[in-house]
Amino acid sequence: MASMRDIKRRRSSIQSTGQITRAMKLVATVKLQKAREKAEHTRPYSDGVYQTMQSILERSAGIRHPYLQGGGSGRKAVIVMTSNRGLAGGYNANVVKLITRGGLPLDQLDIYAAGKKGREALQRAGCHIRLDCSDMCEEPCYEDAAALGKEALASFARGEVGEIWLAYTSFVNTVVHQPKLIRLLPVSTEASGQEKTADSREETGSAAKLQMNYDTEEESILEMLIPKYIVSMIYGGLLEASASENGARMQAMDSATGNAEEMLEDLTLLYNRARQGAITQELTEIIGGAAAIG
Amino acid sequence: MAEEKTFLIRIITPDRIFYEGPAQMAEFCTTEGEIGVYPGHIPLTVILKPGVLTLTESGGKRRAALHTGFAEILPDRISILAEAAEWPGEIDISRAEAARKRAEERLAAHQADTDLARAETALQRAVARIETLR
Repeated sequence: MASMRDIKRRRSSIQSTGQITRAMKLVATVKLQKAREKAEHTRPYSDGVYQTMQSILERSAGIRHPYLQGGGSGRKAVIVMTSNRGLAGGYNANVVKLITRGGLPLDQLDIYAAGKKGREALQRAGCHIRLDCSDMCEEPCYEDAAALGKEALASFARGEVGEIWLAYTSFVNTVVHQPKLIRLLPVSTEASGQEKTADSREETGSAAKLQMNYDTEEESILEMLIPKYIVSMIYGGLLEASASENGARMQAMDSATGNAEEMLEDLTLLYNRARQGAITQELTEIIGGAAAIG
Repeated sequence: MAEEKTFLIRIITPDRIFYEGPAQMAEFCTTEGEIGVYPGHIPLTVILKPGVLTLTESGGKRRAALHTGFAEILPDRISILAEAAEWPGEIDISRAEAARKRAEERLAAHQADTDLARAETALQRAVARIETLR
């Protein structure tokens, strides 16, 4: 059995770790509330842009535009959103796993990393890191997202990459965060968000049946709309990722605090047992000593 | 008759729902020029240019600066998706004046490396802000 002193030392170390994790949990909770509020404010905008784009694409199937067709290059740009700091449970690993096991050819990827953890992991996996903009995932702002989107679009326009993907963690609720890998470009007409369009159709009701008119050419509207769509997806992704990060960290720290408490309980039991053992031993020694003298 | 009809206006920017409510008329700038929209308009999608947005409500008129984006006009509602929108109270007039001067100088300088399109949008934005306050 470990000595009293060892147990005591172990116990105090676990206690202070528990204090740290508890503090981290509180910080993450506060940050989560802020990030979540921001993410929820942005959703109407991204949804609006998405719906408008879908409705244009639906109506104008014949449009030929570089943004709707794959580029000539086999390389793919992937915008990866992870956190700059660890201790967030499986948050970063899940996003990275999505890319490394998602069937994408790793040596054909150009990574735009927003988040240090993802950059490091993908670098180890052998991906080419094209751009590191890890500062933007702390306090996401629209200008940063616009700059990143422009950068990615420019390399698409130059033909350096043929596809643009986005990997982020979508924030479903405080405990459920879903890592997602979606293709931004070329835009597929039957994109993943089918349920969203279904919602909007119900909402608009009879209005949706009317033919939409454009006072400029549809091509030029798409020309303007698609970059906006990309940027709003990136911005929305950043905000969702930041909410998910804090949610994941809150959860991880909560269970760490729980584990620390559990260990403390066990150790306290062990300590008391050791203490009692020591007292008993001492008494036996004294009685034995007294008997020997007497 | 037309004065009494209202339709729903939603103005959404990346960080908030800027405005949501009924109005009798909306006026704003598009790439094809200024337009005023009454309820019952044919469905139309337009691209916005920086400019002044005027909403006519039952209580009077409201003005706001509206920057690039697009608007989806339907007979019973308008959805405006703008990159930024500001009420007069949120505009810093001295900053807008300074931005206008800067943009004008840049346009006047005619240097080869100036991004003309960017300077022009900056100028339009500044002018929109100043006009909104008038």
